[in-house]
Amino acid sequence: MALTEHELRSLDYEPDAGGHFGDYGGRYVSETLMAALSELDQNYQKLKNDPDFQREFDADLASFVGRPSPLYHADRWSKAIGGAQIYFKREDLNHTGAHKVNNTIGQALLAKYSGKPRVIAETGAGQHGVASATVAARLGLECVVYMGADDVERQSPNVYRMKLLGAKVVPVESGSRTLKDALNEAMRDWVTNVDDTFYIIGTVAGPAPYPQLVRDFNAVVGRELKWQSKELFGKYPDALVACVGGGSNAIGMFYPFLRDTEVAVYGVEAAGRGLSTNEHAAPLCSGRPGVLHGAKTYLMDNSDGQIAHTHSVSAGLDYPGVGPEHAYLKDIGRANYVGATDEEALAAFHEVSQVEGIIPALETAHALAYTKKLAATMRPDQTVVCNMSGRGDKDIFTVAKMEGISLT
Amino acid sequence: MSSNRIQQRMDQLKASGRKALIPYIVAGDPAPDVTVPAMHAMVEAGADIIELGMPFSDPFADGPVNQRGAERAIASGMTLRGVLDAVSEFRETDQDTPVVLMGYLNPLIAMGEVAFCDGCQASGVDGLLIVDMPPEEEGSLVQAAKSRGLDLIYLAAPTTTDARLAIIGQATSGYLYYVSLKGITGSSKLDTTEVSKRIEHMRQHISVPICVGFGIRTAEDAAAISSTADGSIVGSVLVSQVEALVNEPTKIPEALQSILKPMRDAMDANA
Repeated sequence: MALTEHELRSLDYEPDAGGHFGDYGGRYVSETLMAALSELDQNYQKLKNDPDFQREFDADLASFVGRPSPLYHADRWSKAIGGAQIYFKREDLNHTGAHKVNNTIGQALLAKYSGKPRVIAETGAGQHGVASATVAARLGLECVVYMGADDVERQSPNVYRMKLLGAKVVPVESGSRTLKDALNEAMRDWVTNVDDTFYIIGTVAGPAPYPQLVRDFNAVVGRELKWQSKELFGKYPDALVACVGGGSNAIGMFYPFLRDTEVAVYGVEAAGRGLSTNEHAAPLCSGRPGVLHGAKTYLMDNSDGQIAHTHSVSAGLDYPGVGPEHAYLKDIGRANYVGATDEEALAAFHEVSQVEGIIPALETAHALAYTKKLAATMRPDQTVVCNMSGRGDKDIFTVAKMEGISLT
Repeated sequence: MSSNRIQQRMDQLKASGRKALIPYIVAGDPAPDVTVPAMHAMVEAGADIIELGMPFSDPFADGPVNQRGAERAIASGMTLRGVLDAVSEFRETDQDTPVVLMGYLNPLIAMGEVAFCDGCQASGVDGLLIVDMPPEEEGSLVQAAKSRGLDLIYLAAPTTTDARLAIIGQATSGYLYYVSLKGITGSSKLDTTEVSKRIEHMRQHISVPICVGFGIRTAEDAAAISSTADGSIVGSVLVSQVEALVNEPTKIPEALQSILKPMRDAMDANA
């Protein structure tokens, strides 16, 4: 299935009219959702080329998020590793502390332009919930966030943040009481309240057109990186690295570079306690194609097709599926997907905190762990850019607890 | 396909001026050995067609009641192979009542869609209703099902446009499952007048019988719906009853009958 370099350079990397990326994606949903998805698709295809909409989106990214995010040379860490020059794309400096807000601003504006006064969202660690509650507050939209009951307990600071921002947080008790169950519940809410409600999905998963529109809103990351890398080191990076849960920060950085095949692309999944165990969240590395949450994609399931319980130290990567465009990029050979274990991620978390003065999110720490390995195999005149997708403030309690330290 | 059990049953009902009563339970809920006795009991209480749920871990188009049913079934060890085995066992003593398997695509992909359809044919399944497979996403399952004489039943919703109704009308066979509410299975508000109007409208696009599900809880609901629809599909209220008897599973078949019999009587009084 892998394509030639010439083919990879000439693809347009857009889904077909049904939202398929090759064999993946699509709209595997109940008829009850079809009208809502068609309406969303029509609105989006119209608005994405609407100058007023784009102007408002760009203005919000500049003045509310603080874009462009800097491209930072991790000089000390590069030297310590002794390979390629490592740069960080500083999405952690965005308002709310991660790339997530790029997407929620875009979708909340879509809600506004579509005349929907109520938005709903699902959240795992709470980052997407906070980002949704933030933009809902700013635009005066009612906001309900679904969150697995276990996650509500594990992530109480983010639950409180969402409440401060005026959102209602609904704990989901069904299933494994984590992200995938929150997603199920949000879909149910949407089916029931579709007339006045916009569903802000937090990643490039789900039925079409979500994988495309979430990608497009995050693609500002890669577009900025294109001119920033030219400005800073005179050419495009030799390699890009980003963590992949659903895969929105990764696709946001990769997408503008997909036809530039001289740029190698690496997505890093959560290998948990190891890819050879069952305790990880790495569908691209060791799952298989199936259908989950409205899209055909790689996923983790058992031999009977029941969706598996996943494990990662990072709540944001702890998801059994992945965005369908990543499944496609894997199959055609445009992107490489690798894993980083809990242990490797934690080591990178500490190392980058101490060497660069940046505490990364645990999700991001997976990308950093692989960046270190990759940079070590490259020459000092080469460059690798790691997407610093989020800051680690939210994770200090988790890390402290794992190390037996009580912060309360 | 013309001579399969679903069409025969629908033809018989039409000839006698009656409407189809179609109960739904989840196979293996709460234990694998409850399913076949429950199916026979429902037939005895007047069920015309049985919809048997293939449990899936992430049934996002179902409500919490049916999801808990699926969770109990999976916990009890029910598998897709087990669902097919249950149908085989049911067929040992009932060769007439159509059985429709209802569920989600992923377990079928895991088994292999062709192998699954072979299994359906061998065990005496008559139709498939795959909730997360709209006509636009038809893949190898559709061809495999059709060539084995299995009906493919599709959903229509209150929000379905006429353009899509035409597509669905082409795709569906056996009957059309009209989702009477916006929302999920087990939702509460059912407006029977609205449903009737909608059914009349859909008949312009749909040539097969139209059966209605979602929100039918009482004998009155079933009778009101089947005054215009060709059948009433009853699910969540039965799955709730199963849930209430989780610790006394031997009482489940009779308890399901006590819900279905009044529905049957009320629907037949209409006829």
